[in-house]
Amino acid sequence: MTIAAENLTWKIGQTTIVDSVSLRAEPGKMLGLLGPNGSGKSSLLRLLAGLRKAHAGQVTLDGKELRQFGRGAIARRVALVEQHANTEAAVKVRDVVRLGRIPHHSPLGGWTRADDAAVDSALERVGMGERREQYWQSLSGGERQRVHIARALAQTPTELLLDEPTNHLDIQHQMDLLRLISDISLTSIIAMHDLNHAAMFCDCLVVLQKGRVVAHGAPEEVLTEQLLRDVFRVEARVERSPHHGRPHIHFLR
Amino acid sequence: MILLNRQIGERAGLGLFLLLSMILLLLAIAAGTGIGEMSIPLDTTYFAVTNRLGWTSVALDPIHQSVIWDYRLSRALVAACCGAGLALCGAVLQSLLRNNLAEPYVLGVSAGASTGAVSIMILGLGAGAVTLSIGAFVGALASFVFVALLSNGARAGAGKTILAGVAASQLFNALTSYIVSTSGNAQQARDVMFWLLGSFGGVRWPEFQLALAVVIIGFLVCMYFARALDAFAFGDDAAASLGIPVDAVRVILFAVTALLTATIVSMVGSIGFVGLVVPHAARFIVGPSHFRLLPTCAVAGAIFMVLADIVSRTVLPQQVLPIGVVTALVGVPFFSVILYRSQRVS
Repeated sequence: MTIAAENLTWKIGQTTIVDSVSLRAEPGKMLGLLGPNGSGKSSLLRLLAGLRKAHAGQVTLDGKELRQFGRGAIARRVALVEQHANTEAAVKVRDVVRLGRIPHHSPLGGWTRADDAAVDSALERVGMGERREQYWQSLSGGERQRVHIARALAQTPTELLLDEPTNHLDIQHQMDLLRLISDISLTSIIAMHDLNHAAMFCDCLVVLQKGRVVAHGAPEEVLTEQLLRDVFRVEARVERSPHHGRPHIHFLR
Repeated sequence: MILLNRQIGERAGLGLFLLLSMILLLLAIAAGTGIGEMSIPLDTTYFAVTNRLGWTSVALDPIHQSVIWDYRLSRALVAACCGAGLALCGAVLQSLLRNNLAEPYVLGVSAGASTGAVSIMILGLGAGAVTLSIGAFVGALASFVFVALLSNGARAGAGKTILAGVAASQLFNALTSYIVSTSGNAQQARDVMFWLLGSFGGVRWPEFQLALAVVIIGFLVCMYFARALDAFAFGDDAAASLGIPVDAVRVILFAVTALLTATIVSMVGSIGFVGLVVPHAARFIVGPSHFRLLPTCAVAGAIFMVLADIVSRTVLPQQVLPIGVVTALVGVPFFSVILYRSQRVS
């Protein structure tokens, strides 16, 4: 059992952004959230992280309603990596990763060895252990996303939510980051744009259109030529890649 | 293990640093007590203080005794409290609004507090220190609400918040001018205008007690939220996803900064740029972690203000400069540098 949404609806004013969405993450698997711009991916992730209050439906964690957990308890279970969260503060890499330990402390509680261990192992996990004393401002886009993931891992969560973490990265960094996420043995839900990357790395896909779930299942079931035409408005051919065995999309027009 | 040692080292380093700063602060207060227009010998200054503390009983000129104890020492101590309070406000607002230029004066909170205090003064609703503070608090909150509404709760971006602050300053300064100029009492109007520019001239021991109490309470509340303030570095959602009750923290800390600003403005007028200069300098020394930053700001702000007050009293013979003039002359170049650098970054 892990995180799930049941008939989740969320509005801004009169506009329905997330429209009775139900989904269920599989423990230890990577769930890809696809959909055109404005289809409600980011909003859905924020609902799942407990940052927004749904107008209808509910989010459950291990079958228990998310709202019954306190904020701190949610933050100890569910970590969120936003796209391009930036700061002007002169923080170092280790300062950012240490933020991940905040949910594990009372406001005045002292720093412990367990905190250090969590921070160290998170930094090692994303390959930034050597860079801990470096300033945030001096990092490249890919490195910053790695640090955000390390911060999320330092929360020692069981669920990891990521909002288009590879946006604006060059192709090498996109691949590195996705491989890193798919190697992490946590349950993860990741909003993404690149359909081929989603097919390569995700175990399961959910496609949103105008806030509604229009398809879900394994990549080869979901990514059909019909769906690409209907939802993404592109003409494409889908083949099984002879190289990695996953679906590969050729965009025609 | 090495890590743990380093942390202990860091903590001891901060303790030592704060101890040294406290000694510097005591020296600054001593200087503030010893230096003035009337030249009083150093030993007389010393005995005037120890006499009143009951440690000595040396016969002194009662005028000297009174100038040292009732005028200079109380003034230096109030200056220290005000500097500490304003620097704290600046540090908290900068983190909460994620804006390097935020501080009570720039955001128009000081202007709002002035309007509140002036209304009490001129409309004569009892002009004790406490009623003035309440009026100033209402004014400060009003300007906070104004800025929050205009800038959409600071979500509209850093630039918008500062522009909203400019609008708030203009509005509340205009209201203050309106109230003063329609009061029909020239002498009172002159007094108010002088007070508005900032002056420690009128403060005595009762003001010190109130200022000290408010600054200590404000400091403790801010320290309780030190980690939450760290979490705001990457924005509201990032803080919320770390389990911080973002809205509650924001309301509490805005109320605390409004209370601090209001108390200070009601005593000594609106003094600009202390909340800007000190937190940036403090960050440069101890880094961005609020657990270290807030105490450093408090002590450094106190030192800065006591020294600024000495300058304002001694730079012109026979005359006292408004303290706001001194802090602005230091602060505006500083403001320009930050503005220039933030443009280069973005």
